[in-house]
Amino acid sequence: MLTKRVIPCLDVTNGRVVKGTSFTNLRDAGDPVEQAAFYYHEGADELVFLDIGATPEARDTLVNVVEKVARQVFVPLCVGGGLRSIDDMRRMLQAGADKVSINTAAVQNPGLLREGAAIFGRQCMVLAVDARRSTDNSAITWEVCTHGGRKPTGMNALKWIKQAVALGAGEILLTSWDADGHRSGYDNDLNRAVSELVEVPVIASGGAGTLEHLYQALSDGRADAVLAASIFHYREYSIRQAKEYLAAKGIPVRLQ
Amino acid sequence: MAMNRKSKTIAVINYGAGNLGSVANALVKLGYRPVVTSSIPEVLNAHAVFLPGVGAGGDTMHSLEASGMAAAVLKLVELQRPLFAICVGMQVLLSSTEEDGEHRCLGIIPGKVRKLPQGLKVPHMGWNQVKQVVSHPVFSGIPDNTDFYFVHSYYAHPRDGSAVAGVTEYGIEFCSMLIKDNLFATQFHPEKSGEPGLTMYSNFLKYALS
Repeated sequence: MLTKRVIPCLDVTNGRVVKGTSFTNLRDAGDPVEQAAFYYHEGADELVFLDIGATPEARDTLVNVVEKVARQVFVPLCVGGGLRSIDDMRRMLQAGADKVSINTAAVQNPGLLREGAAIFGRQCMVLAVDARRSTDNSAITWEVCTHGGRKPTGMNALKWIKQAVALGAGEILLTSWDADGHRSGYDNDLNRAVSELVEVPVIASGGAGTLEHLYQALSDGRADAVLAASIFHYREYSIRQAKEYLAAKGIPVRLQ
Repeated sequence: MAMNRKSKTIAVINYGAGNLGSVANALVKLGYRPVVTSSIPEVLNAHAVFLPGVGAGGDTMHSLEASGMAAAVLKLVELQRPLFAICVGMQVLLSSTEEDGEHRCLGIIPGKVRKLPQGLKVPHMGWNQVKQVVSHPVFSGIPDNTDFYFVHSYYAHPRDGSAVAGVTEYGIEFCSMLIKDNLFATQFHPEKSGEPGLTMYSNFLKYALS
């Protein structure tokens, strides 16, 4: 049986791991290569690196980080943040990333998903979406935000995700704009809506504060994977603890 | 002797596709010095060869044929040279694939490559168990039903079970590992499957280079 994945996320800027609230108030949380190796040995199923600085100089630093990580971490690596072109993606994949996630660039140029899928395979193409709750005639909807969550686009997130999968996205990294950084649980209405909408895997992101939250995203939210940053970074819980908790609740997970 | 073994030539075939670096990184981690190469003589002269694969089966076959590597792989099998094929590298060993229309493949293992059944998430992406259906030194130190990392939408369906070494369940039970003489193939990615994956490559190379 396919297991559910537990994925620590490393938000990186200028070669350091950072953590903030709703995309602001960043705090330093360590060296990305060390962190990655630590999570690998703890049993992380995959690692996600998001470059939230995303300046051209920071990009070079991240390529370097990915190369180092790929030499000692033997689980899939996904890299995103500020990737704008096929060349940007190729650099990350050549450095050792298995997948690239794109967000703003895909909104601005959806053809990038099709082109990337044709060149690298759709399994490499992760669509990252920052979705912000709103209402439409009292029904819940979600709006796509770009530029690290700072810019609302007016686009309906569900429609966008459906379109992006048709174009070539092989997986959705779904972040709740509202829940991110607040540690009060994932937006499981959002997770469930997207999981039921598309046939590609969905990674729930934004809002994990307890192990129960991970469980809720995988059960109630029907997500295929859960991504979390702060609960792992500050060693409140180990990856192993999280997996043992999920296993005890009947979620299939990989335990080494 | 370990030192002896680690000085032997290991080629990772580069035919212009896939994440070749991760296979090479895994082998370096194990103390070997692989060469990532698109040179046919280098591949034919290696003591053990890896055929990685990421992407579409039809495209992969096209790249292998265009580069002349298809004939080299057939030659390696004929010579009984130890060969480890991964993911789409496994799929091209069969007779044909139905990915993006019908494409002829290498035909080393009679059978077809089919699309995973509908109703489950596709690609089949993540960690799933490999049930060992043969006993072989390549599984040494790897418990039955260990999780390995998969990412694929098509699967190999050999005509008979004679080469099937491992099976995995995802809607259906499919062949996730083949062994035929010195030919090894996995649908999963050992280089992305943590310590059990590294153990499998290590076992293969001990077997292949002894």
